[in-house]
Amino acid sequence: MNLLQRIGYYTEQVLLRTGQYAAMFGKVVHRMASPPWYPRLILQQAEEVGVQSLPVVLLTALFTGMVLALQSYIVFHRFAAESMIGAVVSLSMVRELGPVLVALMVAGRVGSSFAAELGTMRVSEQIDALWTLSTDPLRYLVMPRLIAAVLMLPLLVIVADFLGIMGGYAISVGMLDQNPAVYIEKSTQFMELDDMYSGLIKAVFFGMLISVIGCTEGFHCRGGAEGVGRATTNAVVIACMSILVSDYFLTAWMFG
Amino acid sequence: MSKPRISIRGLSKRFDDHVVLQDLNLDIMPGESMVVIGQSGIGKSVLIKCILGLLKPDAGEIFVDGENWLEFSEDEQLAHMQRIGMLFQGSALFDSLPVWKNVAFALLQRGTDEAKARARAAEVLAWVGLPGIEEKMPVELSGGMMKRVGFARAICHRPDMIFFDEPTTGIDPIMADVINRLIRRLHREFKTTLLSITHDLTSAAKIGDTIAMLYQGSIHRQITPEQLHSDQDPVLRQFVEGRAEGPIQQEGNEEIMRDTQT
Repeated sequence: MNLLQRIGYYTEQVLLRTGQYAAMFGKVVHRMASPPWYPRLILQQAEEVGVQSLPVVLLTALFTGMVLALQSYIVFHRFAAESMIGAVVSLSMVRELGPVLVALMVAGRVGSSFAAELGTMRVSEQIDALWTLSTDPLRYLVMPRLIAAVLMLPLLVIVADFLGIMGGYAISVGMLDQNPAVYIEKSTQFMELDDMYSGLIKAVFFGMLISVIGCTEGFHCRGGAEGVGRATTNAVVIACMSILVSDYFLTAWMFG
Repeated sequence: MSKPRISIRGLSKRFDDHVVLQDLNLDIMPGESMVVIGQSGIGKSVLIKCILGLLKPDAGEIFVDGENWLEFSEDEQLAHMQRIGMLFQGSALFDSLPVWKNVAFALLQRGTDEAKARARAAEVLAWVGLPGIEEKMPVELSGGMMKRVGFARAICHRPDMIFFDEPTTGIDPIMADVINRLIRRLHREFKTTLLSITHDLTSAAKIGDTIAMLYQGSIHRQITPEQLHSDQDPVLRQFVEGRAEGPIQQEGNEEIMRDTQT
């Protein structure tokens, strides 16, 4: 394959996959309009996406807030503006790092598990079995995962934002001898409601991306164990790339 | 004369350049046990998947009691699945559910009371010779037990058509005989219409009223189990006798035969 053919091939693949994800999303949203909605399965998935992801999300957010406080201290110290550490940490977490880092962590943990579960069900004919038992596989398997991810991502982001700011507080006050009242004042002074909303909107969008990509890769999986492995890898890689790319466009749209 | 329960007309299916089914015609009468035999990869599973709506054929019609199932919407197809039971080759039990929920899955999805669904699951599990395993998980079962649980799941909601995809593949001959006997018993007691696909000729002879051979994408020959060993059709003969030489050619056959002759 020469360079031009290679570009053509990858463009075709990107368009095909985007079409598959869009079709899956459309079909599932269409099904949401009518029962059954499987509330028990939604709760099970919410537990899997939300509660089970908490440890990894908390740890990531806490240390990110701590690193941010350290890094911004090094820069602000040169200008005697150390009081601004709180503002930088909180705005960075709420507007950008909270949603993106949570989404990346959840993509790795949950997106891969969606693809592996559904992929295994596909290659062992369990998805076909659902159909023969008068059960719509998209409604039974994909819809609860999509709803759970869209609901739980914003909640995880709220927790992560708070932990990140607290991490920054711990370093700022405990290690860098900054005034705790100033940290808290500056953290809230520069933050507006729009900053919070933008982070939460991103979280909803990322939740949708992770679940749709993970489920589509698993649902259309072919070729036994190797196929399941490929679907799992694709789910994580494509979801992470989509999160980073769409983050730019969402930011440009919301703050542009 | 009664009308066929399932009537397949001109069914064709290809994957890229590979033609799997071509102008296939087959009638299955109410209460008949039809067995479709043929080589591995000839398209037997594709045939069942087309009937079940799991694969969309390129051409043809599939009538069930006079209604063309291919004209149904997805929701209508799902609703009609209540009339069907299916035993998959690998059993396809749901790993995350205990045996009784696997067996009673169709009933639970229809909103049947949990106690009633559980009682019915216990009843059919006893019918297939597996009483008392309701709480076990699929991972705790042997291959033969999984087949029988899959069997119980296929009949639990009292369908009037049951499909078997290689019912005796992957299990020992004794367990295979148990499965064959269960299929016969089901046929005898409930007069259910059965369609089985297999390349196990012993099984085909035991469970079928009619045996149809799939060859080159269509039904090549239809016989009774008694004719299986006496029919002189060269294609059927080669398959029954299990010879590499003959009209049925698989990729690489000729080379292997040449190598083994010299």
